[in-house]
Amino acid sequence: MSRTALATLGVTLSYGHRPVLDSVDLEVRRHEVLALVGPNGAGKSTLLAVLAGDLAPDTGEVRLEGRPLAEWRLRAMARERAVLTQEHRISFPFPAADVVRMGRAPWRGLPEEDEDDLAVAEAMTATDTERLGGQPFSLLSGGEKGRTSFARALAQRTGVLLLDEPTAALDIGHQESVLARARAESRRGAAVVVVLHDLSLAAAWADRVALLHHGRVTAEGAPADVFTAPLLSLVYDHPIDVLTHPATGELLVLPDRRACLAREETA
Amino acid sequence: MTAVLPAPAAAVVVPTAERKRRRRMAVLYAGLVAGLVAATLVAGGSGQLTIPLDEILGSIAHRVGLDVGPLPSHPRGEFTLWNVRFSRIAMAVVVGASLAVAGAAMQGVFGNPLAEPSVVGVSSGAAVAAGAAIVFGLRFAGDWSIPVCAFLGGLVTTLLVYALSRSDGRTEVVTLVLTGIAVNAVAGALLALLMFLGDTQARESIVFWQLGSLNGSRWTYVGVVAPLAVVGVVIALASARSLDLLALGERSARHLGVNVEALRILLIVVVALLTAAAVSFCGIVAFVGLVVPHLVRMVTGPGHRTLLVASALAGALVLVCADTVARTAVAYTDLPLGMLTSLVGGPFFFWLLRRTRRTAGGWA
Repeated sequence: MSRTALATLGVTLSYGHRPVLDSVDLEVRRHEVLALVGPNGAGKSTLLAVLAGDLAPDTGEVRLEGRPLAEWRLRAMARERAVLTQEHRISFPFPAADVVRMGRAPWRGLPEEDEDDLAVAEAMTATDTERLGGQPFSLLSGGEKGRTSFARALAQRTGVLLLDEPTAALDIGHQESVLARARAESRRGAAVVVVLHDLSLAAAWADRVALLHHGRVTAEGAPADVFTAPLLSLVYDHPIDVLTHPATGELLVLPDRRACLAREETA
Repeated sequence: MTAVLPAPAAAVVVPTAERKRRRRMAVLYAGLVAGLVAATLVAGGSGQLTIPLDEILGSIAHRVGLDVGPLPSHPRGEFTLWNVRFSRIAMAVVVGASLAVAGAAMQGVFGNPLAEPSVVGVSSGAAVAAGAAIVFGLRFAGDWSIPVCAFLGGLVTTLLVYALSRSDGRTEVVTLVLTGIAVNAVAGALLALLMFLGDTQARESIVFWQLGSLNGSRWTYVGVVAPLAVVGVVIALASARSLDLLALGERSARHLGVNVEALRILLIVVVALLTAAAVSFCGIVAFVGLVVPHLVRMVTGPGHRTLLVASALAGALVLVCADTVARTAVAYTDLPLGMLTSLVGGPFFFWLLRRTRRTAGGWA
C-alpha cells in the first residue's frame, strides 16, 4: 500500500465564470493530518468536496488509492473514505444513535458488519455523545450535532477521513478532543484532511498544512514553515503575528491589533 | 435516564433499547393485523344484507376446505360475501396499502413530510390519462388499458414535476410543491376538457374517478392491481435503508454509498406505479398517503423499514374502515370514498400540523 491515499492532479474548477480552484496538486498521505487553511472563499470546502467526489473538476483528476474517483463504485468508496460536512441536517427525527449507526451502512452484508455495535459504541464514547443517543438528532445543539456527525464518520471506520470544519460550534475542550482523535486515527494509519479556520489549532494538530489563496495552494509544508507572519498577513490581508508559546514551544497565530486600535484612538 | 448509568454501560444500553423497540413494533404489527382481520369481518357482514359473524367464518372455512360452521343462510349470502364484499375489501386493502406506502416513500425521497403523490401531481396526471382512455375509448391492452394509461400518466406527470423543480442538481422542496400546484392546475383543466369532449357515459366515468369509489370492485380488477402494488411495495422495502441515509441529505447519503439520483428516479417510478395502481380502478382517494405515514411515524419512529411495513398495514386498515363507512353510513347509498377520506383527512392533517408545531418546532 502506497503512502499516498488520495491525490489531486492539476484540479481546476469554476462556478460559472468564477474560478474556485486553479490547478491544485495535493497529496493526502497515510499517517498524516493535513490541514487546509486559508481565508473565506479561498476554495477549502470546494477542494474537500472535490476530494470527496461530490464535485467533478473541470480539468484534472482525483485519485483514491491510485484509481480515479470516477472508476469507484460509491459503496466501495464509502468503505475507503468518510466525510464530515459543514452542514448537519436531517429530514426526520432519527435518534442520534441511529445517525451514528448510519455510518455502518457501507459495511452491510460484509464480515465487518459484526463490528457494528462495537464501532458505534466506540465512536460515541470517543466523541462524548453516548448520553445523546436516544435524543432526536434534529433537537441537538449545533456542537452536539457536530460531534454526533463526527461519531458517524468515525463509525464508518475508513482509512481516509475528510473533515470540513469539525471544530465549528464546539467548545474549546471538545475542539481539542475531536482533533486529538483525528490525529490518533492518523497515527493508526489513516489519512486525515481537515479544513480549519483556527490557525493555532492547525499548527498544534496538523503534520502538514496547505495554505489556499484564490483557489491555489500558496504554500504547503510543516506548520512552522508555512505559518510565517509576512505570508499569513499577505494572504489574510490583515496583520498577523506568529509567536512561540513560552512554556510549550507551540506556534500561536494571533491577529496584530495595534493598527486597528491606533485607528480607534485617533478617531 | 441513561445519564445515571456508568459510561461502560453504553454498549449495553443500545441493544436493550433496541429490544424494547422491537417489542413495540411486534405489538404494533400484531395490533394492525388483528385490526385488519376484525375490520374485514365487520365489513363482510355489514351492508344491505347483514351476514352474522359465524356464517362469515363458516363460509371462509368451507372455502379453505374445512367443513365447520354454518354457511350464509340467505340465498344470496354466499354470492354477496365472495363476489361483492370480499373483492371490494381486497381492493380496499391493496389500494390503502399502495397509497400509504407511496406516501411514505415519497416523503422519504424528498426528505419532506409534505410530499404526497397528489401534491406532486401523480394522481391528477393518472386521472387525466385514464380520462383520455375513457373518452377516446382506448382499448389497446384490453382490461389493462386504463391502468396502463393511468400508470403512464402518473409517471410522466411525476417525472415532469421532478424535472421542473430541479436545477443545479438539487431539488428544492418549496419549488417542488409549487410546481406540483401548477401541474395540478393544468391537469385539472385537461380533465375538464376531456369531460367537455366526452359523451354522457364517459363524463359519468370521469366524475366517478374524481370522487373515488371502490364500488363494483371485481376480483379481476384486484388481479390487475395487486401485482403492481406488490412489485411497488417490494421495491420500496428494498430501498428502505437507502431512504434512511437520504434523511442526512444528498451529499452525506452519497458519502455513505447511496447513488442518490438513481434511488430518486427508481422510487419516483415506484410511487407512480403504486399510485397509478391504486387510482386506476378507484379514482382519487386523497389524504391516505399523507396522513397514514405521519401517524405511523409517531409510533414507529422515522426508520423506513418499519415505517413502510406498518404504513402498508395501517393504510389497508384505514381504507377498509373508510369504505365500510362509505357504503353503510347512508342506507342504499354508496358515498364517494375520496370525499370521505378528504373530509376526515383534511382536519386530521391540520391537527397533526398543529401538534408537530407544538412538540418539535414545526416542519422547516
